Amino acid sequence: MIRFEQVSKTYPGGFQALKQVSFELNNGELAFLTGHSGAGKSTLLRLIALMERATIGRVVINGHDLRKVGRKQVPFLRRDIGMIFQDHRLLLEKTIFDNVALPLYIEGYTQGEARKRVQAALDKVGLAGKERHYPMMLSGGEQQRVGIARAIVNKPPLLLADEPTGNLDPKLSMEIMRLFESFNDVGVAVLIATHDLGLIARMKYRTLTLKQGQMINDGLAHEPQHEEGSVL
Amino acid sequence: MSSGKVNISWFRRFTMFWVHNLQQALGSLGELTRNPVASMMTIFVLGLSLTLPSTLYVVVKNSQAVTSGLNDAAEISLFLRKDLTASDVETFAQRMQLRTDVERVEVVAKDQGLREFRELSGFGSALDYLQENPLPDVVIVFPTAEFRSVERAQGLLAELSQAREVTSASLDLQWLERLQALIRLVEDALGALALLLCSAVILIVGNTIRLMILNRRDEIVVMKLVGATDGYIQRPFLYTGFWYGLIGGIVAWVATALLVWWIARAVAGVTVLYDSQFRLSGLNLQELMVLWGIAVGLGLLGSWIAVRRHVAAIEPR
Ligand SMILES: Nc1ncnc2c1ncn2[C@@H]1O[C@H](COP(=O)(O)OP(=O)(O)OP(=O)(O)O)[C@@H](O)[C@H]1O
Ligand SMILES: [Mg+2]
Repeated sequence: MIRFEQVSKTYPGGFQALKQVSFELNNGELAFLTGHSGAGKSTLLRLIALMERATIGRVVINGHDLRKVGRKQVPFLRRDIGMIFQDHRLLLEKTIFDNVALPLYIEGYTQGEARKRVQAALDKVGLAGKERHYPMMLSGGEQQRVGIARAIVNKPPLLLADEPTGNLDPKLSMEIMRLFESFNDVGVAVLIATHDLGLIARMKYRTLTLKQGQMINDGLAHEPQHEEGSVL
Repeated sequence: MSSGKVNISWFRRFTMFWVHNLQQALGSLGELTRNPVASMMTIFVLGLSLTLPSTLYVVVKNSQAVTSGLNDAAEISLFLRKDLTASDVETFAQRMQLRTDVERVEVVAKDQGLREFRELSGFGSALDYLQENPLPDVVIVFPTAEFRSVERAQGLLAELSQAREVTSASLDLQWLERLQALIRLVEDALGALALLLCSAVILIVGNTIRLMILNRRDEIVVMKLVGATDGYIQRPFLYTGFWYGLIGGIVAWVATALLVWWIARAVAGVTVLYDSQFRLSGLNLQELMVLWGIAVGLGLLGSWIAVRRHVAAIEPR
């Protein structure tokens, strides 16, 4: 699903955010991506979503070598990636329904045709009945879940989440994580970037750790002792 | 990887494409009411900019019709050398009369000329002090119908003024000639003016659409993140330009009609004096449609230029 081969990313200005990163995420696999602030987690996700291009090395997504993907093909590749952002990036003047339906509209669905799928997606994240609300009428956690519903509404084979629980309380964070687990259960590959080491430790999934742009660990996370007290 | 995707038949895709277009067209019409001031101003600038050239066009069209009917006034006055005898004058007049391009000749002998001048000028007795008649003999030549147009009469004038007996010649068409030159000038200016105003319209529409795009930057970023193509994002803005043109064209119709009506009233005042049957004709149906087409074309072109440059420039970060 995702393959990085000796990928380096240097931002304009000369800052090297990723250094020779290699890893592979298989179809239907769930993994966490962690590391200190500025380690390069977001950069890595942006390379996958074609918001940035690798400076050196090869990124392969769904069998597409991203070096060979032209500007015109970018939107079509993005349709196979559900993206979830810490700031959820909802359209504030649009209803929840239209927000979630956006990926479907883009693919040519009419509102009527999108209805079933939008409702299924909202059901899944526990927001059935909020279709006609506007994002500002929802809590932070609910907004985050609308973002998740939008990411899964067209059933992409890959979900990327950048700090999806960034400003949620531990209980809500756990709920969101369970949600990702449930998507993973039906075969969706999921890559979640997060600081929340306590959460990662309790979930027992593969964890990729970045440190100053280098991949220093690929395996199960070891919960650090000093974090013990801060969780829950 | 497309296992999770719904497969939609091409026929459904095709019909959905049109349904979607219609929805977006109507949606962007609603968009105009979201930015009512900017939209109204752009529409009016578009419409009023087209009003000036279209009114000028109406004026030129009508004056062409008028002047083509006014050519009959052509007559050429030939002033003869003063050393010619009366019989020389007579011979010359006969020679003129024999020309195929001349219909009729009138001789105003110098004595007759002086008599007329004495009666009409009121100088009367003052003229008695003159030693000799200062006036030349004059032969007035009326060209045949084919030679009455400005160009033809001009050619005839040049030819006749070469004659040995003639000192100078004048064409009584000068006012008409000047009028036609003026119309030609307006015609030329019309082209340049129309070009300038159309460019201005494109820039103004482009700028309004550009501001709309920048206002919706966040929305465009999100749409790109979930996989919208540039074409999909551009479409509503193109429709906005289309509506600008469509409504602006109607503004141009109304404004042109008002201006033409205004001019027609002024012209009616003049033509009454000249006892003329002339009536100013406005834009006909075909010309109205062309005007509308131009308005829509400019609206689309302006938005297309804005959209091409600015939608592609917005990239998710
Ligand atoms: N557009 C950019 N131009 C230049 N430098 C950048 C750009 N984006 C990120 N960086 C730098 O690259 C490094 C990695 O940034 P990145 O956003 O990937 O970190 P992160 O691991 O997501 O951090 P955080 O946990 O704080 O979100 C940072 O030092 C940052 O300053
Ligand atoms: Mg980050």
